Amino acid sequence: MNVISLSSTQDRNFVAQVEKESGQSVSQCYQCGNCTAGCPYTSVYDIPVHQVMRLLQAGQKQTLLSCRSIWLCASCQSCTTRCPNNIDVAHVMDVLRHMARREGHATEYGVKSFVDSFLASVERNGRAFEMGLLVSYILKTGKFWTDVDLAPKMLPKNKLSPFPHKVKNPEAIAKIFERFRQEGHK
Amino acid sequence: MSSRLRYAYYPGCSALGTSKEYDSSTRAVCEALGMELVEIPDWSCCGSSPAHTVDHRLSCALAGRNLALAELMEDVSAILTPCPSCLTNLKTASAKLKKPEFAAEVNKLLDRPVRATLPVKSVLQAIHEDVGPDAVRPKVFKWLTGLKLAPYYGCIMNRPPELMAFDDHENPVAMDQLMDAVGAETVSFPLKVECCGASYGVARRDIVENLSGKLLDLAALNGAQAMVTACPLCQMNLDLRQDQINAANRTSHRMPVFYFTQLLGLALGLGEKELGMNKLSVSPHPVLAGIESVGTAGKGARQ
Repeated sequence: MNVISLSSTQDRNFVAQVEKESGQSVSQCYQCGNCTAGCPYTSVYDIPVHQVMRLLQAGQKQTLLSCRSIWLCASCQSCTTRCPNNIDVAHVMDVLRHMARREGHATEYGVKSFVDSFLASVERNGRAFEMGLLVSYILKTGKFWTDVDLAPKMLPKNKLSPFPHKVKNPEAIAKIFERFRQEGHK
Repeated sequence: MSSRLRYAYYPGCSALGTSKEYDSSTRAVCEALGMELVEIPDWSCCGSSPAHTVDHRLSCALAGRNLALAELMEDVSAILTPCPSCLTNLKTASAKLKKPEFAAEVNKLLDRPVRATLPVKSVLQAIHEDVGPDAVRPKVFKWLTGLKLAPYYGCIMNRPPELMAFDDHENPVAMDQLMDAVGAETVSFPLKVECCGASYGVARRDIVENLSGKLLDLAALNGAQAMVTACPLCQMNLDLRQDQINAANRTSHRMPVFYFTQLLGLALGLGEKELGMNKLSVSPHPVLAGIESVGTAGKGARQ
């Protein structure tokens, strides 16, 4: 069992920041457990989602930003849809992941690598290029046998293009990413 | 509403690769139903899940570029997309851009400011609401009589309900009704809106093997011969990864996983090649052969 010393690790600024970035009122959660009951990912989470909400109320920044659950939430919207207090829980999970990223946490490195490879592919081509992003993922993670068994099912059906389907003006999309980096995070 | 059904069409990146058959069957079915799809010129990626897990302004800018391009198109009543992930991103961006302060932040990232004026709908919603099962029924060329299907909507086609504003968020029925309209039978499928494992197939295949495995198990248990979906990612997890799922769970499913547009197209008399039946990973031919023998009798019985 995890023992948390609430008084020594409480960070009230963290709660305010999550509320501001997510637009959600964290104190509304009364721990009914509906989010966890419907969450398909509880079996792979280190902290179930209702406990994420409780730890958030208690300002437990380090515990949350370094947990695995926030990287494994697929935004399936079950928690958000079933919350009796209309808290957009999936949105809160998204914001926690944004903050974890900014502070250099990546407890599910494979998931982060996939996301990074996907976005790099979009930045380069304007569209997601499946073969390219898979190669980029493999180079990042060293997992050379990732989905190698799927290639014979896809290549003969022409479903895995060896070349990207670029937009006419990929620079227009690259500029969105460039401006985003220049603007910086808020 | 305009008397002509003319839409700005956003295929989404998977339409160029892993879900080619969803794109080709969508185009063919819409044409057969009198819906004109005009592809958004030079559309780009909506950002999918990766963008919103990194930053909401970036996500809304990537989706917003496409909304802005669609706004330049003449005489279109809505933006249509076959993919629920694209749908969520386009709809989320539309909703968030209504807030002027946020819109200003997003517009800083874009060449052309976006106004988010056009409604965004899934292809499923447009076929169900703008055409409707009753108008599909008289156009049936071949009844899919005897085909037992598990209708699987995936997690985000209808959720969250305030944003998606279509069908029921716990028990959606649009696809069931369309399949019923062409003579197929839908079996009870209580996992209609459960997640299939989403995009974790690459990084955490164990998750997809577990969650999609449950879907295949229940479909088989409830007597379905095939599953019918409306999402490229769900279809890919269930169909392309079916051998991986079988190996991990020690099962032996050989369950075809159709796009609903493929089955609608078949009933409307469109060709298998156009519908991309040969692009499915688990061969649908044993199941399709079963329909043909029953189909003729069914046609007589229904008329």
